[in-house]
Amino acid sequence: MVAFVLIGIGLVVFTGSIESMGRYGIKFLFTSDWNPVTDQYGAFTAIYGTLVTSITSITIALPLGVGTALFITEKILPKLVRETIGIMVELLAAIPSVVLGLWAMFIMEPFIRPFLSGLNNNFGWIPFFSSRPGGPGIAPAILILVVMILPIITSIARDSLNQVPSRLREAAYGVGATRWNAIFNVILPAAISGITGGVLLALGRAMGETMAVTMIIGNSNNFNFSLLSPGNTISSMLASQFGEADGSQVSSLMYAAFILMIITLIVNIIAQWMVLKLKLKY
Amino acid sequence: MNSNLYYNPSLRRNISDKVLTLLSGLFSLIAILPLILVIAYVIVNGASQINLSVLTQLPEPPGDDISAGGIGNAIIGTLIVTGIAALISIPIGVGGGIYLAEYSKPGVFTKFIRFGTNVLSGVPSIISGVCVYGVIVSTKIILGSNFSALAGGLALSILMLPTIIKTTDEGLKLVSNDLRKAALGLGASKYITITRVTLPSAITPIATGVVLAIARAAGETAPLIFTALFSFYWAQGTQALLEPIATLSVLIYNFALEPYKTQNELACAASFILVIVVLMMNLLTKLIGYYTNSNKS
Amino acid sequence: MNNKDNTIVSLENVTISYKSQPAVKNVYLDIPKSKVTALIGPSGCGKSTVLRAINRMNDLIEGCTLKGRVLFDGIDLYDKDIDPVEVRRRIGMVFQQPNPFPKSIYENIAFGARINGYSGDMDELVELSLRQAAVWDECKDKLNDSGVSLSGGQQQRLCIARTIAIQPEIILMDEPCSALDPISTLKIEETIHELKKDFTIVIVTHNMQQALRVSDMTAFYNAEQEEGTSGGKVGYLVEFNKTEEIFNSPCQKATQDYVSGRFG
Repeated sequence: MVAFVLIGIGLVVFTGSIESMGRYGIKFLFTSDWNPVTDQYGAFTAIYGTLVTSITSITIALPLGVGTALFITEKILPKLVRETIGIMVELLAAIPSVVLGLWAMFIMEPFIRPFLSGLNNNFGWIPFFSSRPGGPGIAPAILILVVMILPIITSIARDSLNQVPSRLREAAYGVGATRWNAIFNVILPAAISGITGGVLLALGRAMGETMAVTMIIGNSNNFNFSLLSPGNTISSMLASQFGEADGSQVSSLMYAAFILMIITLIVNIIAQWMVLKLKLKY
Repeated sequence: MNSNLYYNPSLRRNISDKVLTLLSGLFSLIAILPLILVIAYVIVNGASQINLSVLTQLPEPPGDDISAGGIGNAIIGTLIVTGIAALISIPIGVGGGIYLAEYSKPGVFTKFIRFGTNVLSGVPSIISGVCVYGVIVSTKIILGSNFSALAGGLALSILMLPTIIKTTDEGLKLVSNDLRKAALGLGASKYITITRVTLPSAITPIATGVVLAIARAAGETAPLIFTALFSFYWAQGTQALLEPIATLSVLIYNFALEPYKTQNELACAASFILVIVVLMMNLLTKLIGYYTNSNKS
Repeated sequence: MNNKDNTIVSLENVTISYKSQPAVKNVYLDIPKSKVTALIGPSGCGKSTVLRAINRMNDLIEGCTLKGRVLFDGIDLYDKDIDPVEVRRRIGMVFQQPNPFPKSIYENIAFGARINGYSGDMDELVELSLRQAAVWDECKDKLNDSGVSLSGGQQQRLCIARTIAIQPEIILMDEPCSALDPISTLKIEETIHELKKDFTIVIVTHNMQQALRVSDMTAFYNAEQEEGTSGGKVGYLVEFNKTEEIFNSPCQKATQDYVSGRFG
């Protein structure tokens, strides 16, 4: 039944995109024109945006999330403090995406703009920082994604760390390991496959995340390497254009949705498989 | 030699241990900072907007910058759309969970379904919107209506389904087998055993899962923007189910993007209501979990 | 007991509690140097808890507190200036369940030595430690295999080798044979006999024959219901003496009953 829903969704999106697939084929993935007026469509800008926002945000969120998870599992502070932090992280996951987007638009983006300008002034020769920040853009979208996936990474890392048998922990401390000797050499390696699964789940989430990104990324179809300029992701493109699209634009959007679905499916399947493997091991 | 036993803060391992501990503490602080900032933001900017007229009036179309009106119809709309989603997904989800935990034989197929449920929960929410658009909105399959509350509810139900199936399945698996055997041993049929014995004893985790799924659906926007769309009017009569409907989340999205300050402020007010409701539901499930846990031990 | 100069660890009026519930109370015990001391008693009498207190392993358990003093060479290990990591380097431990790291056999030994700042020839240390723990012959051809791939008895001797490699003064053993078959148990006991030339050993065991076979001194613990509480039992030390005295002519009736197998 679930499989039916899953396949059904795939089928609907696939049928919708047949027209565009026939017209552009694989070229769709590598061209960056997206012009409803001339009816030319290529999804490269959005695919680039999707990949760059999700991968960069994971890179930032991973150390933060695992660090937080270690802080709440390794008995550094009294139980009450740890549990409070744990609950707060879970609540962060519950805040609706659209509210985070609102906050990002009116508070976070203006606040970080000077820092982004600084990046441009000092590191403008790097392609990623080669444009002047002016309001919405890829960089603030990355930051809001960090906020959204941090709770996922933290809670899965916490579960994996809690599953590490206490006898391994004792073994490490028993040979005179300090807390972080034990963490880096014994505890983290034992939890690694669960954490990797969590990272992949978070990656899937970051790729599909829509509202907050749509509100802050600028929704520009013009390709630009720079993270400081406005861009697009597949999901933000869908959110901002689908409602008013018609004809072959709908089909092209469906095609993009199909690509997004395939990528997230693959990521999720690998992630579930890794989490499952962890469960079997202990 | 014996003095070695004393803690020496200048040892390299002790320094690096301290630094790393502080670092992880700092990371934790960074992790909870956004929550505090966002809540502070919606309280400061949203709570001050809340008054009776905001809660009961209709939103004004953008352009009139004297007043943005209220969010009355969006509150009702969120209730209606989420309600539709719950009506669709709870019976199917709980049923699916019961099937998985009680009827299905352990094997490749069951494993595949469980796996599929997890994977489905990872499908981006906007995809379910695209799908419902493709099936219902663009084809006008339901009584010739395109954008409608029904379509929005359906899109949300696809998102709620995996959570409900999963919590039902896991909740039932936690029920001890002795209880099942006891009931079957008394001559109860499988159906009676499940409805009278197994389900009631798993009701807490199932209810928790349902509440969490509803809380998530209430805040979802992506699947609604091109299924339920938006409306500046009250939902009236049963006919309203087949017409576009306003929801809090879409209102926040639409009004946040407007260039007018009053509209933006209304988005804040709606955020305040949404965040409070969603957080309350989450805390409620935590309390239930905590209460039942402490009861058991 | 008879000779104070030979005492390496001395417990003075030690009471250990989980949350507010005492697990074992008012323990006095002088552990002699270069001898094997066995702690015996029925389950739940707190003998493992006492053992874990000696190298501050109980620190890892939340809500576990200790009152009294544990002196190691005259220094109170629970003084607030003491570094528990240093304590565990001087007082090693072998656990009830064999718990090798999921790393290679070689790394299992080298890890502890490396973090202890060992700078000599690592290959030599690995071989020496494995030889001392009588597991070298079984492992010498597969030092790069995972430690988890060994049999239970071999794993436990690997864990002993790992503890030897950090060159502690005392080795604590917490029912090291309870998860092993009789033949492995015998091998471990032989190893203990070899080790007592170089180390002070404290072993917790529920097997009285084992205590009789390996130990020089034996401490017998018992547990009883705390008066006026509904909570669990509280352990206490009944008798501590030379092993043959404990088994042949115990002073206390409870000891007599226990060693002759009348309860426990």
